[in-house]
Formats: sequence, C-alpha cells, structure tokens
Amino acid sequence: MQMLNVTIDGQRLQVKEGTTILEACELTGVEIPTLCYLKHLAPEGSCRMCVVEVKGARDLKVSCATMCDEGMEVVTMNEKIYAWRRFIIEMLLADHHIDCFSCSDTGQCKLYQYALDYGVNEPRFKVEARDWEKDESNKFFDYDPHKCILCRRCVRVCNERQNNHTLSLNGRGIDTVVGMPFNELFIDSNCVSCGNCVSVCPTGALSTKSSKHYRAWEVTKTRTTCSYCAVGCQMDLVVKKGKVVGVEPADGHSNKGLLCVKGKFAYKFIDHPDRLTTPLIRKDGVLEPASWDEALDCVVDNLQRIKAESGPDAIAGFSSSRTTNEDNYAFMKMMRAAIGTNNVDNCARV
Amino acid sequence: MIRTLQDLKEFQERQEERLRQQEATTRAQIFVGMGTCGIAAGAQDVYDAICDELKKRNIEDVVVAQTGCIGFCAQEPLAEVNLPGSQKVLYGHVDPEKAREIVAQHIEGGKAVSQWAVNGGGMLAEELQAEAQIVDYNEVPFFKHQVRIALRNCGVINPESLGEYTVRDGYRSLAKVLTEMTPAEVIEEIKKSGLRGRGGGGFSTGTKWDFAHKQPPGQKYIVCNADEGDPGAFMDRSILEGDPHSVVEGMAIGAYAIGANKGYVYCRAEYPIAVKRLNLAISQAKEQGLLGKNIFGTDFEFDLEVRLGAGAFVCGEETALLASIEGERGEPRLRPPYPAVSGLWGKPTIINNVETFANIAPIINKGSGWFGSIGSDNSKGTKVFALAGEINNIGLAEIPMGTTLREVIYDIGGGVPEGKRFKGAQTGGPSGGCIPAEYLDTPIDYDNLAKLGTIMGSGGLIIMAEDTCMVDLARFFLDFTQEESCGKCPPCRVGTTVMLDMLNRIVEGKGEAGDLEKLEELGKNIKAASLCGLGQTAPNPVLSTMRYFREEYEEHVRDKKCRAGVCTALFQYYIIPEKCKRCGICAKVCPVQCISGDRKTPYVIDQDLCIKCGACMEACPFDSIIKR
Repeated sequence: MQMLNVTIDGQRLQVKEGTTILEACELTGVEIPTLCYLKHLAPEGSCRMCVVEVKGARDLKVSCATMCDEGMEVVTMNEKIYAWRRFIIEMLLADHHIDCFSCSDTGQCKLYQYALDYGVNEPRFKVEARDWEKDESNKFFDYDPHKCILCRRCVRVCNERQNNHTLSLNGRGIDTVVGMPFNELFIDSNCVSCGNCVSVCPTGALSTKSSKHYRAWEVTKTRTTCSYCAVGCQMDLVVKKGKVVGVEPADGHSNKGLLCVKGKFAYKFIDHPDRLTTPLIRKDGVLEPASWDEALDCVVDNLQRIKAESGPDAIAGFSSSRTTNEDNYAFMKMMRAAIGTNNVDNCARV
Repeated sequence: MIRTLQDLKEFQERQEERLRQQEATTRAQIFVGMGTCGIAAGAQDVYDAICDELKKRNIEDVVVAQTGCIGFCAQEPLAEVNLPGSQKVLYGHVDPEKAREIVAQHIEGGKAVSQWAVNGGGMLAEELQAEAQIVDYNEVPFFKHQVRIALRNCGVINPESLGEYTVRDGYRSLAKVLTEMTPAEVIEEIKKSGLRGRGGGGFSTGTKWDFAHKQPPGQKYIVCNADEGDPGAFMDRSILEGDPHSVVEGMAIGAYAIGANKGYVYCRAEYPIAVKRLNLAISQAKEQGLLGKNIFGTDFEFDLEVRLGAGAFVCGEETALLASIEGERGEPRLRPPYPAVSGLWGKPTIINNVETFANIAPIINKGSGWFGSIGSDNSKGTKVFALAGEINNIGLAEIPMGTTLREVIYDIGGGVPEGKRFKGAQTGGPSGGCIPAEYLDTPIDYDNLAKLGTIMGSGGLIIMAEDTCMVDLARFFLDFTQEESCGKCPPCRVGTTVMLDMLNRIVEGKGEAGDLEKLEELGKNIKAASLCGLGQTAPNPVLSTMRYFREEYEEHVRDKKCRAGVCTALFQYYIIPEKCKRCGICAKVCPVQCISGDRKTPYVIDQDLCIKCGACMEACPFDSIIKR
C-alpha cells in the first residue's frame, strides 16, 4: 500500500492511499464538523459542513469525500471556511423547529453545538413550516420531521446497513422529507424497530421515547457487551441515577455501530419487578427462593442421580443465547465431558 | 441491410432516385411543419385540410408530407409548397381555410399566394404584401443570418425517413470513422474542431471523450442528455423531432471513439413526438444494421435505448440523470469521480447534449478545419438559440459563435414588438443571467457571456422589453429553481427558499432595508456552497439583474414602486380627471365594478376593490388611465 505525505494545518503526516481528508484530520486530532458523514456509510457530501481548503484547489473541498493526494496541503480553518460553515448552519436553522428547551436532544444535538461554535445565536432567516405531522406510532421512538436537517443518515443506515429499506425520501426541494413510502406511519411500515435510525440522528428528529426523561449531562455511559445473543455487539448503557435509561450502539468489531431491536430497546428487564434475583427451588410444588449453594447442590445431586439411574443420555442441556460464546462453549464441554451426553443445544436463533 | 460503405451509397442512390421520381411524376410537393410547435399551432388541421381539398379537387399528383420544425415558430403553422422548377414557397400562419385557398390558387392555379408567404409578402406591412415577390429563403432576414449545422436537416427532411437522412449524407460519417479511423483519431478530430458541450457547461467534447477513452477497456456507456428543462428552451426537442438520426449517428460515433457498446437517450417524457421519432429512428437504424452488431462490417457493436425522464429539472444535471437511468431518486452526487471515470452503474460514461451530438457527423464529414473556421477564438461552430419573450420572430436560430446579440435580436429576431425599447436578454435560462442593452454589440460566445456574468447555457434567449420588471423576472426564475431543487443539500434547498421568500416580499411591497444586501450575501453563498450545478447557478438571475438593474430593486424596496408596472402591489390604475371624457367605457369593462362616475363627474377607481387587471386602461379610448 502506497503511503502519501500530507500536511494538515502545518502538521505533516503519512496516510495510506485511499484515506479521505477527514480521516487524515482525525489522525492528527483536528476536529472537523460533520453532519451527514457517518463512519461505515458511503460519504455523500450533502451537508456541506466538513469543507476544508486544499492548497491550489479553486473551491473548498468536502473533506469526507475528498481523497488525500501526495503532497496535499490542507487548511482546516480560515475566514472563508468559517463563513461557509456558518452559512450552512444558518440555512439549517432557518428550516428547523427550534425548541431546544424541551427537545430531548439538547446537550447532544450536533446542530445546537455547531450553532454555538459558529456564533449563530439568532436565526436571521425563517422558512415557513410545512404541515408535516409527528409520527409517534412506534413503541420505542418518535419522529418529528420539523427537526430533521435531512442529513439522511437514517435513510442510509436503514438502506445501506440494516438493509431494511423502510426509510426513504419523499417530496423534493424544500418539501423533501424523510418518511416511509406513501407517507405511511412507522407502525404500518416494514420497520423492525431496530432503532439504528434513531441512534444516528444528529438532532432530535428521531428520538427514543425514553430520552424525554433525561438530558445528556445527567447520564453516564458504561460500555458493555449485549447479552441477548452471541454476536457480542458493543454498546453503551445510558445510566441516570443508577438506572439504565437507554442504550446506544458502540463501534464494536462485530456490530460496527449497529444494534437490533433487543439490544437497543429491550433493556427494561433490568429493573423489572418480575425479574428473578435469586435461584428458586421447587419444594412441595412451590418455587421458593434459595441460596446459590443450595441451588447448585440441588442441581448436582439430581444430575448425578439421574445419570446413575438412567445413564447420561437421559440428561439434556439447553443453554441461553443471552450468554457469551465462551459460556456456551464451557456449557457444551460440561455436557459432553462431565456428563457424557451429546444432548446439548442453544436457543440462538434470533 | 447496410453492411458496407458501398451498401450505404447504393441505399442513398435508391432514395435519391425515389425522390427524383417523386418530383418528376408529381405536380407539387407540400411539406407541413409537424413538430410539437407546429402541431400545437394547428398543423394537423392544416395537413388534413390540404389532403381533403386535394381530394375534393381530384388532384392526385401531389405529395403531402410532414417535416420537423424549421425554427420559425412565430409563423407556425408553416407549410412549404414546392412546384418543380420554381421557387419554394413557405407559407406562414396557415389555417385550414388558407390551406384550401393555397391548394386552389397555388397548386391548381399555379400562382403562389405571395401575401401569405414568409418568403413573400407574409412578413411585410399590409400595404406592401400584394406587391411582394417570392424570394429565396436565404433572402428572408430570419434565415439569412443563420448557419445551420445542428439544424441542417430540421424542416428540410421528413424526420421519419431514414432514406431522406441518407440523401443528406446521413451515416456517411459513421461509415468513415468505422472503416477509416481509429478511436484515437476520431477524438483528435473532435478535439481539433474545438467543439464544446452545447448543454451549458461548454467543456471540450473531444477532451471529455478522451477521458473515457483512456479508461481501461470494459463496459462503457454513452448517454445523450435530452432532458431539456430550461423554461423557454426547445432546441433539443426540435432536433429530436426534426432530425433524430443525426443524434443516433453522433452517439454511435462517440461510442466508437470511447469504446462503448451501449447508449441511452434520456429524454423527458413531455416530448412525446421526440420520443416517438427517436424510437422510430433507432428501429430503422437497427433494421438496416446501422445499430447492432458488426456495424459496417466491423467488430463495432452499438445498441441504443430511450429512457424517459419524469419531469424533474435537476435530472438534466449529469449525475442526477445517471441516477435516474439507474432507477434511483433523481439526485446529483459528488464529482469527482466524474462520469467519464465512474458513471452509469459505476462504469465510464460520456454524457453529451443533443445539440452536441448533432454536430458530430458534420465535423467528421467536412473536417475539423471547416468547423473550426466558423465561430470565434475559443468558441467554434454555431449555437442554436431559442428566441423567446419580447421579440417578433420567436423561434430557433442557429448562428455562428461570435454573432452579436444585436444581430440576433434585430436582424434574425426582427426586433422588439410594438416598437418597445429593448431592455435586456436572459441567456442560459434559470441558471444564467441577463445582458443589458448596453452590451448589445457583444459577440456571443462562451467567454464573453461569462465576462458579463451569465452563461451560454443550453441556448435559451429570452428578450425583455421596457415593460419587463427585472425584479419580477428574477423572482420568476428563482421560483422555478426553488421548485426544482432536489433537496439534497441545505444551501440550495433552504437558501433558494429563503431568497424566494424575500423576493416575494419585495414584489409585494413588503421589502425592508437590508434585504438587498441579504439577497446578495445569500446568492453568493448558495453559489459557492451548493452540491451541484443547479444550486451553484440558481442565484444567477437575481445576482445578475441586481448587477445591472440595482436601481429597480432599490425602487421596489425603498419607494415601493415598480417602474415597469408589473408588480401589482406596487402601482395603481389611475384615471386622470382632466383627461377623462366621462364616456364610461372603463366602468363597463371593469370586471369587479370598481369604477364609478357619470356624465357630470370624472370616473374614479376604488383602489380597495381594484384587482389590477388593466382592462380599463386597455379600453379607455382617450388614454386617460395610467399606471402610477
């Protein structure tokens, strides 16, 4: 692989051929504002935010889609770039329902952040709102088109990565709106509620229902592995006052920023009153709480008895897909080596 | 089947013989212009009336045929009568009654009806009509100053006849490139000719072809952009309707040059006649082996298909056009990579405009030197302009590059109607800008137009007279582009909307101080930051009218006045009491009964009720009503 010498804001570095300017900037630690760009999606350069100056080029270049060239000199901030980005933000705010006070995205909204960064305090322009309606039909998330900035991350993640082809664009020009074919509601569409569109939305247009109850500065995030199946998706538990209030996908090796409906939304079992917190042993037909020692003794005694009475093949093991691969492997080993039967299976058929 | 150059020559000779026979055995030939323009003006009825009248009079030795648009739209429906041995006569404004009269007098009586002839008295003042002689077409000012290369066959041949195309040396160039030239030589020849893209960009056609040619061999495509969308532009439609084979041949030559074996014509569905004739031309060419495998006995294979556009202006942008052909939403994508490197389905693709392709065969046939001798320094050849707006001879004119705007407007176009003062001309449609009267003597070419802040565009030329409001004009074009924005990038999607809102306020008399500065700022930013050509040029009509007519904008904002009397919120109809003769005609024609008065008191308009239709002013016999 050929290496290219590039200079970013005076800082020299070598990058692999095929590296975009944006990726090179990331390597140097220079932050470039982006809205439509998303790692793992083909860059489309439509939001026009990530422009930089390339020495010798006539116009500013979108850094997400421009490849580095040998000897390229990049400037990531000057008056022209600042004015350009500021203009983009002004345009987006002109067509944005500004209710940051009650918006659940406040504190993590990219538009809000960039407006602050680029000094757009009060919008000078305003486009008349269209008569779009909010779609609150999904059980887990809401959609407010008036907060959409049409970065299309949701559409692209749905089509290019989740391959579900639920979201597309309706209308054109100023009436362009993300939606379902024939303007149907989420609940009537083929949406599988994976929630990846919600996860990638940079504003409050797509937001989880639960996010109304917390703000970005009230929560901490804990990286963990999803316990639902053996894929091992990496995710961040969003925790407020010791309770999990949401889940966000992380860029793990196996999930690359995606989650499924279970990982994204099915976390409420954690605090559910029906959840078992101790082992139960059935005594005289009634399940009664027991200690782990008691429970494991009970299992061992009975397995040994059955094996002695009826042979190992009288025993079958069935493990949960909500455990890790390693645990499942150990369980399989226990059944075959310790108990001596091949009767072992797993419910991993998500 | 035409398999060799010899076959083509023989085919051509048979056609020539057929035409000679036709001429020898018939008393007359009548051609009716049946392009969309002609048909819209009633050419079908004229055609039927001619046939009917001939039948009634038992005249059988007359050929009646259709042809494409000859370009003189102002005179449609047009019919040409050709009596062997005498001057052709082109009748304008023909209606069924005139058609019957022409059959009676000209066909049966043998005497042309000079006063209806465009090349007779048809365009003269009434008192001069009867005396007028029939002259050669080239004596008619509208035709005299034109050089027809792309339009060489339009209105001359029957567009539905491959034979007639070959009689005009059709497919000779294709035979020549396939049998005598390498692809590199073809590209060199086109480069040398200096031909630049006629769709608006003005990029060197030969250089563009070279990009695709240099891509590694494999699947490549050639695409014809026939998604002509500028309001008031119809050059491409006319070529497709009047001479579809010239596009097929040009594309085949291009395909050979770049190494493509498949082509698409992306034509807007609003051009049904063009689509029909194009499909017919393709099937005729296939039938004769001019498309398909082993063309002219060589290894070259080329297939052509028509794809219909669903009416989105943005699909005239090349990457959006490709997305549309692929079945995707018609939206542009980032360039680079340019289509010549990665186009249709990721394969190298060349996209040229209809007029560009129509220029190819003559260049090959007559040589790049001939083509290069026409035009100006950096703009070779000719350009077809669609003359529209406040001009007498509305129509299509093909002029050598470097012709001045004055020649186009006054010599070819016949000037501004009703003696009105010329105010400016809009070139390049909604992506272009205006040229004010002081630049009338600028030679038209790519570079000069760019210097004036406008573009050649695809060739729309809209003439404005003194009663055109430049603010309203800019608003009209921006209204168009705002509506046609695809919505992909924020500068174009939101920016054009914000600008349009502001202009709407200004023409409604609600403009505020600072609006003009904001418009300029927005315009410049939208141009710089938009993703594709649509957004990058959308503010041009506003910026260029502001550049040349800023005082009109200022009057609208500051004084709430529209000097052209177009913006209805900014003027009133007013009856001058001293001039009012109290005839009451104005009150009678007023559709909302807002004019009152009587024999004793001058009439007065109730401004609250007036809808500003202007009927009173038009009706007043004493010019007592003015706009103010």
